[in-house]
Amino acid sequence: MSAPPTEQRSNEPVRSDADNWARPVDRLSAAGVPGAKDDAVTGKRVSGPLQGFGQLWQKTFTVRLDGVDTTPEAVIALWKDRFPTFWPKGARFYSPLSGIAPGEVALLEIEPLPGAPVRLSTGVLVLYADDESFTFMTPEGHTLSAWITFSARREGEGTIVEAQALERPSDPFDELAYKLGGNGQNNRFWQSTMRNLATAVGVAEPVVDSQIVCIDKNRQWRYWRNVRNSATLRSARRTLTSPVRRLTGRG
Amino acid sequence: MSATVIELDQEGEASILRIEGDITSASEPDLMAAYGLAVANGATAVVLDFTRLEYMNSGGIGLLVTLLVRAQRAGGRLVASGLSEHYRQIFELTRLDEAIEIKDDEAAAVAAASG
Repeated sequence: MSAPPTEQRSNEPVRSDADNWARPVDRLSAAGVPGAKDDAVTGKRVSGPLQGFGQLWQKTFTVRLDGVDTTPEAVIALWKDRFPTFWPKGARFYSPLSGIAPGEVALLEIEPLPGAPVRLSTGVLVLYADDESFTFMTPEGHTLSAWITFSARREGEGTIVEAQALERPSDPFDELAYKLGGNGQNNRFWQSTMRNLATAVGVAEPVVDSQIVCIDKNRQWRYWRNVRNSATLRSARRTLTSPVRRLTGRG
Repeated sequence: MSATVIELDQEGEASILRIEGDITSASEPDLMAAYGLAVANGATAVVLDFTRLEYMNSGGIGLLVTLLVRAQRAGGRLVASGLSEHYRQIFELTRLDEAIEIKDDEAAAVAAASG
């Protein structure tokens, strides 16, 4: 681990991982992230897999970096540094000025469904980051209440990189969209990302292994009201009212 | 990195899992096996005592979520005790504290789990 040993105190960790975690925050602020509007994220709380509406999925995408002389630390450093460049075409990730570091907020724009006319504006909190992994957590309004961990490790003679998501669609509309193609699109998104990363470090023909498991088939009906924060509906409204806002000079 | 050591104990109706060392995604087999034993012993409420926890990364928090889901599916519940201030803050940050009751010490957690 990256943190140096610290003196043990009663009921305190032997090694300090405090610098790897985001500081406690009640409401997120994405002000200052260049390139995108922050109003879909600023003022929102984080929302993890426990706060979502739909079924809970665990998705693990791994790729072996065969034939490449690298280390987990080097791959993670590259991944953090060039994160947006590994995303598939059409999706945008706006890195925070300080890069991917604990407590930073990034903004993103994605297609909520294949071919959807609306682009979803939302973001992520960097929940955790060390030399061998980093984790994002979604804000209220994101289509998925989730966290996703990107990591790398040695296995035998090689290095393996992994993206593992724990995710629930946030509200009933998101659950429906997930069932209508959002789930498969999400899988293809991360498979493509993993291939792009492996290619960038020199793997000639990367093979992505995907393990998709529904670990809770129940829907959490007490969270149906998450719809009030829906970034999808907000983005749709923004798209529909765009001509009016342009005409009235408010857009 | 320290190995995860989990001591299983029974106190009335509650099972206690005393966790020592690190909790990361690599701890999954040990934690799930210990939980499985607790359930096999008839426990519906399980206390996770973190007094001797040394280190937990985001993979460890993810593991606690999957354990919680497993417990909820079986109609059980989890209560946490012995969390340092740092890890209490992590539970709050990740909103895990909304689903896992947190008590200061093991005795209070056992009382809550048995109630």
